[in-house]
Amino acid sequence: MIDTLMMYMGYPFVRYAMMVGVMIALCSSLLGVTLVLKRYSFIGDGLSHVAFGVMSVAAVLNLTNTMIIVLPGTILAAVLLLRTGQNAKIKGDAAIAMISVGALAFGYLLMNKFSTSTNLSGDVCSTLFGSMSILTLTKDEVALCAVLSAIVVIVFILFYNKIFAVTFDETFARSAGTRVNAYNLLIAVVIAVIIVLAMNLVGSLLISALVIFPALSSMRIFKTFKSVTIFSAIFSVCCAFFGIVISMLAGTPVGSTIVAADIVAFGICSLIGRFTGAR
Amino acid sequence: MALITAKDLSVGYGGQTVAEHLNFKVNSGDYLCIVGENGSGKSTLVKTLVKLIKPVTGEVKYGDGLMPGEIGYLPQHTVVQRDFPASVKEIVLSGCQSRMGLRPFYNSEEKKLAADNMEKMAITDLANKCYRELSGGQQQRVLLARALCATKKMLILDEPVSGLDPKVTAEMYELVAKLNKEGITIVMISHDIKSAVEYADHILHIGNTIYFGSKSEYLNSKAGKIFMMMQSKDPHAGKPLTV
Ligand SMILES: Nc1ncnc2c1ncn2[C@@H]1O[C@H](COP(=O)(O)OP(=O)(O)OP(=O)(O)O)[C@@H](O)[C@H]1O
Ligand SMILES: [Mg+2]
Repeated sequence: MIDTLMMYMGYPFVRYAMMVGVMIALCSSLLGVTLVLKRYSFIGDGLSHVAFGVMSVAAVLNLTNTMIIVLPGTILAAVLLLRTGQNAKIKGDAAIAMISVGALAFGYLLMNKFSTSTNLSGDVCSTLFGSMSILTLTKDEVALCAVLSAIVVIVFILFYNKIFAVTFDETFARSAGTRVNAYNLLIAVVIAVIIVLAMNLVGSLLISALVIFPALSSMRIFKTFKSVTIFSAIFSVCCAFFGIVISMLAGTPVGSTIVAADIVAFGICSLIGRFTGAR
Repeated sequence: MALITAKDLSVGYGGQTVAEHLNFKVNSGDYLCIVGENGSGKSTLVKTLVKLIKPVTGEVKYGDGLMPGEIGYLPQHTVVQRDFPASVKEIVLSGCQSRMGLRPFYNSEEKKLAADNMEKMAITDLANKCYRELSGGQQQRVLLARALCATKKMLILDEPVSGLDPKVTAEMYELVAKLNKEGITIVMISHDIKSAVEYADHILHIGNTIYFGSKSEYLNSKAGKIFMMMQSKDPHAGKPLTV
């Protein structure tokens, strides 16, 4: 088994997949804690469906570099979602649900009507559940992913204390003169970037798993913001690594395998939490 | 110049006035108690003072080098999610956020300030505990320590003793009085008129009648007398007062 693994690792495309998987898992787990605590767990879902919708537009327009419109489109949706969250004519979760299913339906409609591809259901399935395309990444795509991940990590570290303050008590942060709206916007933009990155890996239906499971798991065991954040990063990276390894050895779909690994690890964390009495 | 001057101030939400024609001053070193019935707009007023909401009309002037962001604020309700992972230390330190501006990390001075304030509030031994596992009184002291980190000059406390037992309430009042003696200006909302007149030196009464003045003037005023009488009939408001 180790031999097979070593043989696989000899291929550059496998190493690329590994790197990209780990980077995306790291990024999504960092903001996962904030999103779960802000009750934005489903923003991941909503935005990824928007990304799916935009992607189908790109497919219909026959754009080769989908990133050009997918990233700005998703960021725009993130900003809009956040604004409705504040204006509260339509409540945050309802707005997310609306945009989410709307984009999904619209995207599928477009793909169905205008797609030139012969394998439509295959295309749709791979955007929804993540494709093997992670195994066909080019060097440029890996580089782009690395740059964006690095930016996300640096932004997160630089604004860690502000993110904590804004997440823990928005009212107090506002009274202390912290620019809460600006930081919420920053969080939304970063999330949009992460989601677009993660689409390739797990597909738009499973993205929420990458955001939610690491945070929930480490909240079972740890009680301070810092330890929860650090542990969820480690958790997420490990799950992504083992998920990819298992999927290669067993020939299972990458995205679903990573999520399955997350679920198993979540179970373990819950047990540990129960025995150490952290709950 | 006074730290805070309110001139013909009306406060409320979305253009809807809750309390109007407020005129008062808070000078450095004062201990102002804001009293009034439920729903009279006390919380709305202090939210306006810390710039969470805009005045409907009139204005609030800040003087003596006081910036609105440098007021230590303790909200009436701090809704912290049941499952929020945050240690006491992390929360108290977050009070320093206005000092740090755009600098990404807390410096050693701010860490020391947080430690000192935890010491003052006697929560040093809880530093690494999870906030959600503390008792109500302990939580309130954590939030007070955080507010202290945010200010050198002024604390605005919105019903800091609601939900605390009599002993902890008394301790809380002593703590606040001590801070006031150390030179921090206090603005406190309270339903407990007995303690208000015991500790405060100025009273702002809002509601049907509006009154602002020193404590002794208030006790002799009509508003004061009526309010005191009502309060002493109310079984929750502590013992009847003999002045
Ligand atoms: N966010 C809000 N939006 C609109 N109206 C509000 C809001 N919060 C409070 N109000 C209204 O403003 C009025 C004053 O509320 P406020 O909270 O200032 O009262 P209060 O004097 O602090 O009362 P209490 O003693 O119960 O704390 C109330 O009638 C309330 O219904
Ligand atoms: Mg109130």
